[in-house]
Amino acid sequence: MNFVATLRVALNALRINKLRSALTMLGIIIGVAAVIVMIAVGQGAQARVEDQIRSLGSNIIMVMSGSALSGGARGGSGSQQTISEDDAYAIAREVEEIQGAAPTLRGTGQAVFGNSNWSTSFYGTTADYLEVREWSVAEGRGFEAADMSSAAKVVLLGQTVAKNLFGDISPIDQVVRVRKVPLTVVGVLERKGQNMVGQDQDDVILMPITTARKRVLGAALAKSRSVGTIMVKVRQDADMSQADLKMKDLLRQRHRLQPGQDDDFFVRNLSEILQAQEASSKVLSLLLAAVASVSLLVGGIGIMNIMLVSVTERTREIGLRMAVGARGKDILMQFLVEAVTLSLIGGLIGVLIGVGGSFLVGELAGWRTELSIPAIFLAVGFAAVVGIFFGYYPARKASHLLPIEALRYE
Amino acid sequence: MSGPLIRTVALVKEYRMGTNVVAALGGVSITIDAGEFVAVMGPSGSGKSTFMNLLGCLDHPTSGEYWLGGQEVSKLSGDELALVRNRKLGFVFQHFNLLPRTSAINNVALPLLYSASPVAERLGRAERRLIQVGLGERMDHHPAQLSGGQQQRVAIARSLVNDPILVLADEPTGALDSRTSVEIMALLQVLNREGITIVVVTHENDVANFAGRIINFRDGQVVDDHLNSAKDAAQVLAQLPVAETAGR
Repeated sequence: MNFVATLRVALNALRINKLRSALTMLGIIIGVAAVIVMIAVGQGAQARVEDQIRSLGSNIIMVMSGSALSGGARGGSGSQQTISEDDAYAIAREVEEIQGAAPTLRGTGQAVFGNSNWSTSFYGTTADYLEVREWSVAEGRGFEAADMSSAAKVVLLGQTVAKNLFGDISPIDQVVRVRKVPLTVVGVLERKGQNMVGQDQDDVILMPITTARKRVLGAALAKSRSVGTIMVKVRQDADMSQADLKMKDLLRQRHRLQPGQDDDFFVRNLSEILQAQEASSKVLSLLLAAVASVSLLVGGIGIMNIMLVSVTERTREIGLRMAVGARGKDILMQFLVEAVTLSLIGGLIGVLIGVGGSFLVGELAGWRTELSIPAIFLAVGFAAVVGIFFGYYPARKASHLLPIEALRYE
Repeated sequence: MSGPLIRTVALVKEYRMGTNVVAALGGVSITIDAGEFVAVMGPSGSGKSTFMNLLGCLDHPTSGEYWLGGQEVSKLSGDELALVRNRKLGFVFQHFNLLPRTSAINNVALPLLYSASPVAERLGRAERRLIQVGLGERMDHHPAQLSGGQQQRVAIARSLVNDPILVLADEPTGALDSRTSVEIMALLQVLNREGITIVVVTHENDVANFAGRIINFRDGQVVDDHLNSAKDAAQVLAQLPVAETAGR
């Protein structure tokens, strides 16, 4: 008996018992739909966390000056300006996983415009900074290469600073004095909000690193190349830990550190906390999927139940088929194909309902849902496996019936 | 093919009931030639059904030989027996055993499903057999839409569809009224005259009398085996009072 004929017999048997087939499928339909919706909800939550990471500047590594050792006393982080502007350029140039590296010099001081003043912190940095932080300019322009080389007297204002100094007037092309140095505002940054520890990220002034060093921070630093921090951005698809390692190696080499000697810098990974959050949302979506698979399992048991009833009910039919030449194998295949067909059709209907349900949850609950194609295939594949697994026992039972006893069964 | 169609040599079938061994068939040696119409009779428990199951390749004998059409089938495996049933045998049962909610023609074509014939050929052969038993106009009817006699005709058409060398009928009239019974026996007689070997199991003398040879079983043994001048079922039918067109 070939496969097409077997399939036709199975479909016929399912058609004859329409209501029962539909009810049996219901378990699988609900299971598959639940798996798809749950995974969509879980992945939506995960995508939201990922977006959050991105908004804070994803894949950022901060390199900071290390501690100075003087007479056995370690000075703590930043006690010595061990890293330089050139370290930043070398990192950007030589580590392929790195998209950009921005050296930053930090200072604090009073900014004055007209009769309003505001104490804030300022960063001397390069044009790379905005790219690294994934920060864009809301109004005006960003830094240009010429600003860097000429130590141009230009600044970018964070939203908080702009609001406190200018109120509702546009700050563009106005002159603010930072530590008494007059600087022209060329742009206002977009609102960034609070960072992970509640600091206002918009309370900041950015200026070219050369300007900060030569004009604002004072003569003591004018000749030095050292910086407090380098902000590094790792490429989206690159391995974070790999980039981390390569960067450390490069810095140790540049700083001529002997093996065994402590690093004279710190590397801090901003996204670690967020990754923990992402991991927890992954666990959540896994949990949702696991709960949903239980319903798929229950659906499978439903199939087994009905198939067992069907085998008992059709014992005489099985006997007859055997009498006219069906081998045990043919009977086994017939019932197995019936079970698998049930679960596959149920699986496909479940996919439709699951896809629709995912959209509906997104619309009605306002949750972000993301359909996952692998999850759909997984759910249907699992449904088929459930069909084979739970269909096998009843089918085997049918195929082991003795023809004379099956024929005589009342 | 030379020799008898069926030859059994000391056929024994024993069943184990707990610790007891019950011999349902105690060494039956019999031959049936091609073209015979044989009635197997006996009270219940006489072993006639066991004998029938062995003839039908539905069961294995405990010992002895069974030759069917020159092939020794008593030593075959379950799958090989299925093949023999599929190619060489036709079955008619007391309760028709038709598939419910399945059209007559598909019921008749069922055995061909297991012999890998193409769909068109299956349906063609089933159609010819249905016409042969006089149900050419009811091919698409489901069993529930047919009378008992018509259902048994469908079953007979099914038993013929694979061109068997032997048709086994187990109490074929057991579920039918007397007039329809005679009609069914008339149909079997017609088929027998066309050359088909038929073995009928029955406990009714009326039915056995339409056969050309009667074998009596008792306690697992053949106690009587004689030729019978068969009554012509068609004539009997003509003499019966014409009832309400029962069965047609």
